[in-house]
Amino acid sequence: MLRDEAGRLGVDPGSIEVREVGTDEAAEREGFVGSPTIRIDGSDIQATEEPAGLTCRVYRRPDGSVAPLPDRVQVHDALAGALKAKVR
Amino acid sequence: MSGGLSIGELAPPLELPDTEGALHTLPLAGEVPASVVFWTCNHCPYALAWHDRLVDAARKYAERGVRFLAINSNDSDRYPRDSLDAMRERVASERWPFPYLHDEAQDAARAWGARVTPDLFVLDSDLILRYRGAPDADYQDRSQNAVWLREALDALLSGQEVPKAETEPVGCSIKWKQ
Repeated sequence: MLRDEAGRLGVDPGSIEVREVGTDEAAEREGFVGSPTIRIDGSDIQATEEPAGLTCRVYRRPDGSVAPLPDRVQVHDALAGALKAKVR
Repeated sequence: MSGGLSIGELAPPLELPDTEGALHTLPLAGEVPASVVFWTCNHCPYALAWHDRLVDAARKYAERGVRFLAINSNDSDRYPRDSLDAMRERVASERWPFPYLHDEAQDAARAWGARVTPDLFVLDSDLILRYRGAPDADYQDRSQNAVWLREALDALLSGQEVPKAETEPVGCSIKWKQ
């Protein structure tokens, strides 16, 4: 989904870096708050105050539901917003 | 499906405290036509997504004497959101219709073979496992309304075979102590 949306917006999907966080120590060091975490230029696509840890990520959807993944529109909007900010 | 309790087997006994310290046991004194024992937790998005459907089912089937028990076995040292205090706060703020049991030693999860949250076990009146798996096919689709669980309970309560006795539980892994 992330690669699809990146491609739609003209971002090279190959520029997406996938990193595995495998230990509690690494999670703490990276500020990793659950899988999957998506950061664009270092910024989380959905800010959260969850503590660092090896766990599943909780995403809040626009309809108020919770899910283990953001929805496509949220990913698209986060990418588009980051691109817009770069152009400014 | 590998490990733990299999369809047609007698469920292991349970004796776990709820969020107020009251002990809940299985078997329970007196007759219960069916019991739903399920593993859940506070931080898993799958468990959270399905939670309201399980609450609705518990309220509906309570009228017919079905007992629901929710169990949290996660390691709360590494996952503080699953601490007893956090469990207690959640039950109080959300008015759960079933007790939320704390399996601090993780013995119940091991004995039953619970793997993920949520992971459902439906027992008949003799505490024989008749359904094991997910509430329904899609955590994202609220309209599914825990249909696999409901079908299992409807079958048991009418003395029929459960049509789909096993499905693959979907969710976050139980967070075992290291």
